[in-house]
Amino acid sequence: MTTTYAVLSEGLEKNYGEVRALRGLDLAVREGTVCGLLGPNGAGKTTAVRVLTTLTAPTRGRALVAGHDVTREPGAVRRAIGVTGQYASVDGDLTGRENLRLFARLAGLRGAAARSRADGLLERFGLAEAADRVAGTWSGGMRRRLDLAAGLITRPRVLFLDEPTTGLDPGAREHIWTAVRTLAGEGTTVLLTTQYLEEADRLADEIVVVDDGRAAATGTPAGLKARIGAYAEVHVAARGAVAAAAGVLDQLTGGRPVLDEERLTVGVTVLDAGLTLPRIIRALDTAGVPVTDASLRPPTLDEVFLRLTRPAVGQGADHEEYAA
Amino acid sequence: MSTLLSDGGAVLTRQLQKARHAPALLVLTQTMPITMLLFFGYVFGSALAMPGADYRAFLVPGMLAATAANGLMTGLFTAAQDAHRGVMDRFRTLPMSRSAVPLGQTAADLLTTGVSMVPLMLVGLAMGWRIETGLPGALGALGILLLFRFATAWVGTYLGLLTRSEEAAGQLGGATFVLPMLSSAYLPTAGLPGWLRTVAEWNPISAVATAVRDLCGNPGAGAGAGAAWPAAHPVAGALLWSALLLAVFVPLASRRFARGTAG
Repeated sequence: MTTTYAVLSEGLEKNYGEVRALRGLDLAVREGTVCGLLGPNGAGKTTAVRVLTTLTAPTRGRALVAGHDVTREPGAVRRAIGVTGQYASVDGDLTGRENLRLFARLAGLRGAAARSRADGLLERFGLAEAADRVAGTWSGGMRRRLDLAAGLITRPRVLFLDEPTTGLDPGAREHIWTAVRTLAGEGTTVLLTTQYLEEADRLADEIVVVDDGRAAATGTPAGLKARIGAYAEVHVAARGAVAAAAGVLDQLTGGRPVLDEERLTVGVTVLDAGLTLPRIIRALDTAGVPVTDASLRPPTLDEVFLRLTRPAVGQGADHEEYAA
Repeated sequence: MSTLLSDGGAVLTRQLQKARHAPALLVLTQTMPITMLLFFGYVFGSALAMPGADYRAFLVPGMLAATAANGLMTGLFTAAQDAHRGVMDRFRTLPMSRSAVPLGQTAADLLTTGVSMVPLMLVGLAMGWRIETGLPGALGALGILLLFRFATAWVGTYLGLLTRSEEAAGQLGGATFVLPMLSSAYLPTAGLPGWLRTVAEWNPISAVATAVRDLCGNPGAGAGAGAAWPAAHPVAGALLWSALLLAVFVPLASRRFARGTAG
């Protein structure tokens, strides 16, 4: 190997007509790690996976997967990767066993080797019992497991999972997560896309927050959370007290509080883990601000995006300032 | 080449397994030509008088040719149905031959059609159609029919990959129904007005229908005065038409499949 990166992209751009789905995406996923692309719908996550898995050609920029250029050596890339799509990409008209045998044959396995690979994967994912029923009649969770098994048919060095648990119930989701962790433990590099902060948190060694076709932020789950911080919101009794509350919160956090004089609230990002809710209330009380309600909660995904991707809007804060 | 054949074989197996899990569809598409043959033969046939010949003996080769041309419709539906399924994207991410999917689909269609030609021919024989030339003529006719079916299935596959939805493919497929009408499949072309006769005689379905009549010694094989070249040379015409369609649409469909639908 000439590189220690399983996935490397530089300035990746993809236009669909007028739509600029990717606007210069840089990625560097080390071998043997799990990387989570986290972003809202339309951020460019799926386009990124399509380019990296040779399904669509980039408009500009380049990408190496397992050391091979996706545009110039698509065959070599395909031999090194496994892909599991956002929508179960198995054939609903075939049985589970027929699906996996088909993919095994298309991956170059012959006869008995194809059969035993298919049967082994069915066993491993707990699908042996349903294997001879048509996959279209399976539950969503089982189909997703079959899809994951299909992605492993080539014994991939790099596995791409495009929103592997979207639409699954918590039990089925846990099943997929366990499987992904096991694979990562065996040394497979995994690149997954997700809309769920929790999923990225549970699975990924590194998270890339994707927004508007670019990597807006990169870091470990803990590192990103520390950068985002918690969110404190204080309700006061009267309009006149809003500004006073904001002043106190400004002093406590160094952030820039958001005032809402209609709802009589003040919100602010809290980065200091030592700044607890009792301390905030005590400070407000000392300053004589009439507090009616107060909360301190972890950021929602919306706020993560606001904070990491749109520093100019929302709270008007610049996360670089906090990161420094 | 060896990966193309073995990957194509895997896709062919897939198509046959699909048919096995949903036999009703297969039965429907296979019995359709028989229904049409009976309908045309006895409804139109009673009103039609062909001087010196039995209309039903004329019609059977035409219906065989029209069935062969239906490769267009099945190719169109198969490709359009599959194009928007996730499983096609999985195929594209596998280290397999780029032409294997259309090849496997058209080959599977050829196999099921080849089988379904037999009952259609048996019904034809029961209706009074005869193979006057013996086994070589019959095999030659079957060969031309299957070659033409294979060629039209590739045309349909290409068109199916171009359509944006299954609904669009359905409408386009319905429109292909008129193609045998504008040929000598159901009626002789000699009585048509000039320009329509030219169109009908250059229709590849005419060449195939006439070739089958020619090879089986049926009525309507001989070209009338002033017939177009394919009508006067039906066997060569049918072979050349099939070769031309394959030469154009095999590369087009393969390239289109490799590109995918999302560009």
